[in-house]
Amino acid sequence: MNDQSAYEHLRKLDGDAAEIISRYPQSGSALLPLLHLVQSEEGYVSPAGIEYCADKLGLSTAEVSAVSTFYTMYKRRPVGDYHVGVCTNTLCAVMGGDAIFARLKDHLGVGNDETTEDGRLTLEHIECNAACDFAPVMTVNWEFMDDMTPDKAVLLVDELRAGKDVQSTRGPALCTFKQAERILAGFEDSRPGAVAAGGAAGHASLAGLHVSQGRTPTGPVATTEASE
Amino acid sequence: MAPELTPVLSRGWLDSEPWTLAGYQRRDGYTAVKQALRMHPDEVIQLVKDSGLRGRGGAGFPTGMKWGFIPQNDGKPHYLVVNADESEPGTCKDIPFIMANPHELVEGVIIACYAIRANHAFIYVRGEVLHVLRRLQAAVREAYEAGFLGKNVLGTDFDLELTVHAGAGAYICGEETALLDSLEGKRGQPRLRPPFPAIAGLYASPTVVNNVESIGSVPAIVRNGVDWFKGMGSEKSPGFTLYSLSGHVKHPGQYEAPLGITLRELLDYAGGVRPGHRLKFWTPGGSSTPMFTEEHLDTVLDYEGVGAAGSMLGTKALQIFDETTCVVRAVLRWTEFYAHESCGKCTPCREGTYWLVQILKRLEKGDGSEDDLGKLLDLCDNIMGKAFCALGDGATAPITSSIKYFRDEYLEHFERGGCPFDPSLSTAWADSPLSFARTSA
Repeated sequence: MNDQSAYEHLRKLDGDAAEIISRYPQSGSALLPLLHLVQSEEGYVSPAGIEYCADKLGLSTAEVSAVSTFYTMYKRRPVGDYHVGVCTNTLCAVMGGDAIFARLKDHLGVGNDETTEDGRLTLEHIECNAACDFAPVMTVNWEFMDDMTPDKAVLLVDELRAGKDVQSTRGPALCTFKQAERILAGFEDSRPGAVAAGGAAGHASLAGLHVSQGRTPTGPVATTEASE
Repeated sequence: MAPELTPVLSRGWLDSEPWTLAGYQRRDGYTAVKQALRMHPDEVIQLVKDSGLRGRGGAGFPTGMKWGFIPQNDGKPHYLVVNADESEPGTCKDIPFIMANPHELVEGVIIACYAIRANHAFIYVRGEVLHVLRRLQAAVREAYEAGFLGKNVLGTDFDLELTVHAGAGAYICGEETALLDSLEGKRGQPRLRPPFPAIAGLYASPTVVNNVESIGSVPAIVRNGVDWFKGMGSEKSPGFTLYSLSGHVKHPGQYEAPLGITLRELLDYAGGVRPGHRLKFWTPGGSSTPMFTEEHLDTVLDYEGVGAAGSMLGTKALQIFDETTCVVRAVLRWTEFYAHESCGKCTPCREGTYWLVQILKRLEKGDGSEDDLGKLLDLCDNIMGKAFCALGDGATAPITSSIKYFRDEYLEHFERGGCPFDPSLSTAWADSPLSFARTSA
């Protein structure tokens, strides 16, 4: 698809874009959600997507590019169906994130911020994702995958590549990167049960509450896995 | 005797579907907003001032005072922006709170907006937490449908719009003025202050920026009263708060307790440091707060207590590292994070963090020298206090504090020509019986 036809293709988002813009007192505030919206269609921020946002908001393409390149969630190359993140900030790294990331690079044959040849997975090491009490933490399309090990990580990516349904440890069945970007753009997940999936809180979130009720915190299901 | 845990924000997390409107109303949800709307807005501000609630996002600034700074009858729109960009390494309290309890945050937003006379509020959530967005989007829709948001809130003449806004991956947007620039659709770079957001914030209008936990604490204060709130914690740091324990702890997690509990007491509740190991170093409030060691186990974890011991309470993110952890590796990784997240606006932070990484990498590999430690401290001195925001200051905290407590460990790296630690011993699975199979796989 050339840039012109890609731009025309994005016109189907006009209604959604108008709705996003209407949520803000000043239209400029809609830029971040509009960039997410572009990613929900293109899987990255394409040149056509930059032009589209610029036109919608009365900005120059230079202004939009300056913003899109500032934020790490906006991608300059197409992301696979599943963006796989491994936290390698200090705490997760020490708890095993470094070993998980090394194992996945080796297993998938890709480096950081690279996509597998089949276009299914993009691997990236990520920064602290506010789930440190579940370390080491991974994410898939920004859903939590808690209490990981290298073996669990390999199993996870193999299942994703095989097209199996995989559920977040604190959320619903994983959707694709593009579907996730639509939620980020500000549109609710329409899948039945998606909001309720995953329960109220994970084991670590409940640790103090359990103790205050005279019980022992439950802990993760297991830090080892059945495959061994 | 250790103070008892005080689940307030977390009290409903074991209930059935606590994230729904019905679930929240079963535990007195949205009764506080009804009380507040019967009061004069100034009385609501006074009540929050009287409670002594201090900002839970790190700085500890009194919340009611922040609300009181908003000029009234100025003819300008006012805004409330909730900072849900939780990204400080180690910090993991706001995310579980919103996931389990989004309506308590929404109720706090309504009360705060009524008090400061704002008709539009924003919750700026970091983007990398999809399920939190789902819960929040659903909660806001429910609140609109029930008449808690929109035109004529609960039949009064108070109108309120609430927009949930997802960020896009930038730690710096947790800094309040960078967050405002980001919310305006720009690169998230901090602004020079003054003017402060209370005078010229979002769209150059008077704006309050509050942390999730600060706003989330307001409904309970309105429901239960100032005396109840001040019955917990200390005179200058009253109330309850979420302490987040992570790392080498038997039961990591969220422990809601009165301000002023100690790590020793929290570890008692959490089953202690993981079996067979001992505490080496820990952060009281995220990686930007100077680290502590075993000698600080009895430090009172409130704003004054931690400050007096040479660090900051920060976000109460207690990252626990045992004796298997190399402090140089830990500090290098944090420093790489700050270098990556520096927005580039101020030279000392942008260039300084780059060079800190170069030197620390050399040290960790064992190629450094004692002069490098002096160079690191000199660089830190040239970053600290010399940039628009506190990111650069935060970058220096792990370095200066670790050199203070663990100078010998730095020296050992270049005396031995490498790192003396085996990283596999620090992992979550290191002590499991199957760990040999795993690490050799």
